[in-house]
Amino acid sequence: MSKITLGYFPGCSGLGTSAEYEKSTRAVCRELGIDLREIPDWNCCGSTPAHTVDPVLSSAFSARVFAQGEQVGITDVITPCPSCLSNLRNALRHMDDELFAARVDALTERPLKQEHSIKSVLQVIVEDIGLDSVKARVRKPLTGLKAVAYYGCLMNRPEKVMRFDDPENPVAMDQVLEVLGAEVLPFPLKVDCCGGSMSIPARRSTPHLAGKILDLAGEMGADVVVVACPLCQMNLDLRQGQSRAAGLKYTLPVPYFTQLMAYAFGLSDADTAFKLLAEDIAPAFTCMSRRSDEIKAEEARKAVLAEEKARAAAEKAAKTQAGTETAAEKQPGGKSRANSASAAGGAA
Amino acid sequence: METVCLNKQDNSFTRAVEERSGQVVSRCYQCGNCTAGCPMSFLFDYPVSRIMRLIQAGQKETVLSSKAIWLCAACNTCTQRCPNEIDVSGVMDTCRQMARRENKFGVHAVRAFVNAFIDSVKFNGRSHEVGIMALYMLYTGRFWTDVDLAPKVLPKGKMAILPHRINGRAEVAAIISRYKQGFSDPELVRARLAAAGGQGAGASAGGDKGSRAGHGKEAAS
Repeated sequence: MSKITLGYFPGCSGLGTSAEYEKSTRAVCRELGIDLREIPDWNCCGSTPAHTVDPVLSSAFSARVFAQGEQVGITDVITPCPSCLSNLRNALRHMDDELFAARVDALTERPLKQEHSIKSVLQVIVEDIGLDSVKARVRKPLTGLKAVAYYGCLMNRPEKVMRFDDPENPVAMDQVLEVLGAEVLPFPLKVDCCGGSMSIPARRSTPHLAGKILDLAGEMGADVVVVACPLCQMNLDLRQGQSRAAGLKYTLPVPYFTQLMAYAFGLSDADTAFKLLAEDIAPAFTCMSRRSDEIKAEEARKAVLAEEKARAAAEKAAKTQAGTETAAEKQPGGKSRANSASAAGGAA
Repeated sequence: METVCLNKQDNSFTRAVEERSGQVVSRCYQCGNCTAGCPMSFLFDYPVSRIMRLIQAGQKETVLSSKAIWLCAACNTCTQRCPNEIDVSGVMDTCRQMARRENKFGVHAVRAFVNAFIDSVKFNGRSHEVGIMALYMLYTGRFWTDVDLAPKVLPKGKMAILPHRINGRAEVAAIISRYKQGFSDPELVRARLAAAGGQGAGASAGGDKGSRAGHGKEAAS
């Protein structure tokens, strides 16, 4: 496959709470032939706090990121984090307005000279690399793993700004998990909010929102809740104990989709980085291999059954043919349709 | 429920919200779709659709003092589902920005979290999770915040105790400082643009704006 080179914005959480996302994203991109050029000395995009203060301040943080890229010839950037994506995308959109751009420039004192684009890693994998290429790299299929994909609010919303997948029923991650071999359950809370950064100042929101998502996933019989957002992951995984303290009955591992890709590609433990998850993923893989064995046994049973059926059918066919021949010899009109057909065929 | 006196309408507030957010709030016909989908509504004092109505009715004090504008998680569900294509989440953001300017902080913990986050970026150029939590505890006095999570993350070596500071942190701090000094004030910048336009393109800093088509490659689509 031809290599593609793209600018890369890891986002701050990649250096801390989402280190497993960062490690697995880099590994998966390496495998898929996406050459990541990290923006030199990148800064924080300001996340939700900056745009609640002022969109101009938020866009100024993003503008410095783009300016840093511009300096080394990077104008097409991808990021794993939907919150960074949303901020960087919104900054570009707002800066199409001349006055807004001038206000941003007044803060950065580094006007952008080129046009820029920002996409999610997921979008590039699904749209530019393609599911066939992903499938071709699977060494250890996730057969038997029951997964739900949880997208969170920002990856696809608002539709007009994000322009990727469906805003109410996104399927990109479902499709990736399917080609990895997992059984993806239709999850109704795919885009319901986990509470985002409100989990700190409004603590009650976590068990109420993240807890509801986990509860339904558990109720549906999922082994894992697969995510693409560091903040969602933190609320669902790290804070799962807080949800359990408030009544959640299930314990569910919450891996990033890139971790499962790295696993299915047969990459090393350093690349999958499963040990960094707060909730252990091992029970999910135990369920997966048990179910995989069951699936294999069932397939073997079906194969034997089908073979027997085929043999029986062949015997029957041989018998009927023999019968037909004798019948055709005796009465040329024939009783059954098959007989008449064969007789007609014979006559023609 | 509080009563609202409709005799005291501040229409300039309605106009200010519309101008700052770029949204036509008067398009809202109270279908309630935003409130129906709002994940944080259970913590709000006024549901989001009522905030929209209060803005239409020019109830500045009620809106800017509300808890709702601070508890909005900015999840964009309302924006996505508004049948009149109002960026409702953007309007909530605008109200929060206006409240901040008027020193109205409906939920102090949210303000403290936002300040802790921005300060962390100012010090390091990047947000530093441990540092944000420390600042947040300092600003709120909630010293027990999420201490239950520490045993889960610290042994994994995930959380960097020390921040990753960037070389350009002074540049990032300068962005915040210029912002606080009002460098991005729209009137000021508009005047400067007009002056630059009068003198011809490229006369002042950022004077090449007019010749630039746009920043987003996908802007045309």
